[in-house]
This record gives sequence, C-alpha cells and structure tokens, in this order.
Amino acid sequence: MVASLKINGALHTASVPDETLLVDWLRDDLGLTGTHIGCDTSQCGACNVLVNGASAKACTLLVATLDGAEITTIEGLGTADALHPMQKAFRTHHALQCGFCTPGMVIAGVAIAQTHGADVSVDTIRHELEGNLCRCTGYQNIVAAIAAGAKDMAGSEGARIAGSAQ
Amino acid sequence: MTPFSLKRPTSLSEASSAFAGDAAWLAGGHTLIPAMKSRLRSVETLVDLSAIPDLDSISRDDDRLVVGAMARHAAVAASPLVKAAIPGLAGLASLIGDPQVRNRGTIGGSIANNDPAADYPAALLALDAIVATTHGTHAAEDFFQGMFTTALDEGELITSVSFRVPRASTYAKHRHPASRYALAGVYVARFEDGVRVAVTGATTAAARWPAAEAVLNAAFAPASVGMLSFESENLATDIHAGADFRAHLAGVMLREAVTSLL
Repeated sequence: MVASLKINGALHTASVPDETLLVDWLRDDLGLTGTHIGCDTSQCGACNVLVNGASAKACTLLVATLDGAEITTIEGLGTADALHPMQKAFRTHHALQCGFCTPGMVIAGVAIAQTHGADVSVDTIRHELEGNLCRCTGYQNIVAAIAAGAKDMAGSEGARIAGSAQ
Repeated sequence: MTPFSLKRPTSLSEASSAFAGDAAWLAGGHTLIPAMKSRLRSVETLVDLSAIPDLDSISRDDDRLVVGAMARHAAVAASPLVKAAIPGLAGLASLIGDPQVRNRGTIGGSIANNDPAADYPAALLALDAIVATTHGTHAAEDFFQGMFTTALDEGELITSVSFRVPRASTYAKHRHPASRYALAGVYVARFEDGVRVAVTGATTAAARWPAAEAVLNAAFAPASVGMLSFESENLATDIHAGADFRAHLAGVMLREAVTSLL
C-alpha cells in the first residue's frame, strides 16, 4: 500500500507492507526515533504523536490507513536551540527523570493545552494524562509542567500545532 | 503481526465487495490491532472503514439521536448535539479508555466487539437503541448475545446506532484503575413511559436490571434502591474482582446514578 502523509510539515510517501505500524515507519524508515516504543500494547503513551491535531498511539495505527493525515512527532515541536513552550515547561519543572516517557508526555501535554486552553485545571490534566505512564519521576511535576506549558503556549506565537484539534 | 492485505473502500458498496474470504472490518483498531500484534488474531484481508464519508456523522431525528458507526469516542463526548440531547451518553464516552483511545476508538467497533466490560453496551440497552447495519436493523436487546458475541452475520457492517432520547439519563462507572474498563457500570435512563437500567462489567455480557427498574418505576429515589445488589446467573469473577464484589459495586453505581439524576 502506498500512502502520503505529512510528517512535521513535510510530505512523505510511504510504500510499505500493509501491516506496517506508524511507530515503526517513523523510527526505522524516517529515523524519527524521538517517538518511543514502551509497552507496545497501547497503554503507556511513549509513542504518542498528533494525528490531525489529536493525540494517538503510533504503536496502534497502520500507516496504510493514514493516507492524507498530518502527523506531528516530538521532532516537529521544537529544536534543541528553540524549544517548544511545552518542552521548556518540562525542563523548568523538572518533569522528567530517565526521559523515556517524555516525548509522549510532551505530545499529550500539547494536545491537552490545545483542547482545554491556557487555564486547564489540574483535575482535567490528570484525567487527560491517563494514557501516559511514567515509571520513575511520578506525575506531580509532569502535571505542573503541563499546566505551565498550557499558559505559555497561549502567549507564544507559533506554538499551536496545525490540524483539526478537537 | 501476520501479514495481511488492507483494503480502503470509499463507499459502503465497495466495502461489502472488499470483504471476502478470511476478512475483518477495521474501525478504530484499538482492540483489533493489539489482538493482531499479539497474534491472538490474524486475517488475510483487513477492510479499513475510515475513508468512507459520513459514516461518523451525528444527527437528531425526531425523538432519536443517530450516531454514525465510525463516530469516535472523543467526538461523541464533545458533540454539542449529544450533550444537548443525551448528556449522559457524552459523559459515558468521555470515560472510555484514555484520551488516545477515545481519539481513535469508535462506537461501531466497540459494540461489534461486545467486550463484557465495555461501556457502550449499557447505554444501548438503557436507551432502547436500534443498531442499523448493511443488512437491516437490530434492537439492542437482540443485538448483544453474550460475551464477545453479537447478532452480526459474517460481513454485516454496522452503519449507525440510534438512541431514544430520554428525559434524563446518566452513567456511573467503577473503573478498574489500570485498564479503565468497568468493574461495574450502570446506565439509568428516565423516559415518559418508565425507567430503564442496564449494567455492564459485572456480568459476562451487559444486561438490563429488571429489579432496579421495578423499584425506580414505583418511586425514583435512592431510598428505593436501598441496598439492592445485582442478581444474575452470569456474574463475572476474575483476578480483578469476584462475583459478590461486582454485584455489590453495581448496587453502589446504581445509587450513585440515581442520586445524580435527582
């Protein structure tokens, strides 16, 4: 199956076996290894990406079903020199320890900010983070970082990710 | 995953012709793809439904709310039409799985799978739903036929679910903290002609709760349901909870639902 997808703004044509998972194509064919494989059973959220603005687990999506979709991975948010506001907030609030879950957490944070706005409540953040697991830091600082990142995104031009966010 | 051939039809008639041999429908894929990855399931042909236009539409039709089979849980949870007509249904959708599951999972996929701990089956039973398919229609009570079993024939495709709009309704769910599936979930709906109650998670398949309906029809109040617990020959026992605990939890969820509707 051949599918055309926009990845972080650039058009790519995937010519892959029909059973190819999005996460494997991103990592193995495009070299975008920021999207992690954690549990590989649709639970941990380390593979979260934005699909047309909505967060989704790349380990549970077939590339062949995503023809025409716009995907944003962690590499599409910011660079080492110019971090996205949500990435900055994770650094400021020490919201990571080993860092393995962090790309998925940051993507989830961006989706939360885009769906619920700058003043998203802590309760909402906790409900909306149920698809992400962290095995070392715990969630306190992650929740604090997302609350701060949501505020910073509202005041930052270009922080919003294109796509039909819900 | 065992290799398969994926078809991506753009109409229902194309979809029906694509479904041949050892085939399965792919809706949101959040049960089927994990099952295929762990090799619990393999198929030769997967027919993806996501390119068929309008299969995810949500509309009001007189006293019914019609939800397209490919409507994703997040869309049902956020839909102004659903929130206005049946806020209890929007609330139920917002409690399914996690955000990433809700962004992909669909109502058609959920009810076709008929997991004994899935949420939607309780809503379909309590809201007197009709399941429309490429072959005809099924009343919810005929559609669900036991654990992971439905009235669907091979190749029969769900197109929409229509719910009877109640005066008021709500869903109370005790979630397993890790999976977020219902250990017991109770949907209570008040119609002009009576109360309907359905339970999911506690038994091997979602079911109506006639004893609760009878006492609530007599007087709609938490005192009516008292310490009622759910009696059924099909109560489930697994590593998460025993039958007695599930029967009790269903009673707790019933009182929570009734209280929130007062």
